[in-house]
Amino acid sequence: MDALYRDYILDHYKNPRNFGELDPHDLELHDHNPLCGDELGVHVVVEEGKIADLRFHGQGCAISQAAASITSAELIGMTVEEVAKLDADWVLDQLGIEISPTRRKCALLMQKVMRGATTGDPSWPE
Amino acid sequence: MGPVADRAVVDVRADFPVLQREYGGKPLVYLDSAATSQKPRQVIDAVGRYYSESNANIHRGVYALAREATDLFEGARERVARFVGWDEATTIFTKNATEAINLVAYAWGRAHVSPGDVVLITHMEHHSNIVPWQLLCQDTGATLRYLSVSDQGELSLEELDELLAGGRVKLVAFAHVSNVLGTINPVAEITARARAAGAVTVVDASQAVPQMPVDVGELGADFYVWTGHKALGPTGIGVLHGTRELLHEMRPFLGGGDMISKVEFDSSTWNELPWKFEAGTSPIAEGVGLGAAIDYLSAIGMENVRAHERELTAYALTRLSEVDGIRLFGPMDAERRGGVVSFAIDGMHPHDIAELCDREAVCIRAGHHCAQPLMRRMGVPATARASFHVYNRREDVDRLVDALVAGRQVFGL
Repeated sequence: MDALYRDYILDHYKNPRNFGELDPHDLELHDHNPLCGDELGVHVVVEEGKIADLRFHGQGCAISQAAASITSAELIGMTVEEVAKLDADWVLDQLGIEISPTRRKCALLMQKVMRGATTGDPSWPE
Repeated sequence: MGPVADRAVVDVRADFPVLQREYGGKPLVYLDSAATSQKPRQVIDAVGRYYSESNANIHRGVYALAREATDLFEGARERVARFVGWDEATTIFTKNATEAINLVAYAWGRAHVSPGDVVLITHMEHHSNIVPWQLLCQDTGATLRYLSVSDQGELSLEELDELLAGGRVKLVAFAHVSNVLGTINPVAEITARARAAGAVTVVDASQAVPQMPVDVGELGADFYVWTGHKALGPTGIGVLHGTRELLHEMRPFLGGGDMISKVEFDSSTWNELPWKFEAGTSPIAEGVGLGAAIDYLSAIGMENVRAHERELTAYALTRLSEVDGIRLFGPMDAERRGGVVSFAIDGMHPHDIAELCDREAVCIRAGHHCAQPLMRRMGVPATARASFHVYNRREDVDRLVDALVAGRQVFGL
């Protein structure tokens, strides 16, 4: 089996979970990775301080799309504060594959967008 | 591949030390020369020899070592100018092509472009030939307009005529060869039309000078820019060729040492061309290295370089077409394009394509290639791109195709 393009990564890439749009929504942000032009947006519904539902949309590589798909399921149910505190290691743990420095931003784009949507801080997760 | 290309390839590969490298036990296949070319030993040695034997600051030293450094640098300028049929006094060394374009946008643009004027560029430009004009238009109140690109990846002279007929086009800036599509634009036809309409032309030749014979005088551009590192030379040196008339009346771009004639307390007068536009200590070793690169290319002969690029591109277009799910961009006729092929594969993002090629030690580029407006025009977020120079051979294209076929299998396609 391929060390990077594992079956579950390719499955999330080809069949992304929580992909699409949500209307109405409480929070949204659309951002991109300036290195490659990949785009990713989120629509988030918040109920009593928690992520009640979310959808992501956009276009990107297998790593960025799988990271968005895999983490989206985990993010639903978290409080907005919890989401804002999630760091890069959390994302990489969720992915469960070794990410080279050149692909790191692919993996972190979803969390960058989620952090921006929940806190207004669009910086890259450390 | 014809006999000319065969001979050139066999002879030159040994000159490029980096091609000896292996990754994961596989010989390196370098297919990213449109981003930067590899350097032959002759260039690397010229830079090393300059630092070992001749290093001194240029132009003002009275001692023999400084004269030697000056002669090496100015000698390189003469050969670089002659290489493209231009005069050395109007051949200015810059940091890169981007700085050369910015020089024109600031030193000529800010003085001549007014509210209501039109700056005309094209949808196939590199960001370096877009952003300086956006800034110029924001500063001056001019309007930025774009010539469209056809589905075949070409510009339309009829559309150019229509836009020029509207008047107010002050400047036309466009690529000689597209870094994404490979399209060779009809430079002389465009500059003639622009001149007749009273517009100044700026040609980004970063992808042209490295791979085809060029005569700047015949092309008729007012400003013609390129960069050394794509032409087998070092990074950190670009070239601006301009008409004497325009360069003479322009204010300097950067102020500092070397570009002045006399400095008073409140004002200064300017050095002669080309030094008026070369403030501060020049990239001396880089200039010497670029001179060596030009010598190297001249020894091969630019007609031979072009023939090699054309034949290898034709081969790549044929071989890549065999890959299932592939989409090729740009003209399909190798006569009308340079040595670059952009492509997409259904179900695989270009980043993943490049990652899987890397496992086979095949270096290709993936992304928007600093041409986001063109990506939007083509309806893709990004492409994969393979580009060639004299050291590439058919076997490199075969290795790319094998990597793509293997990559599709990883993706279950």
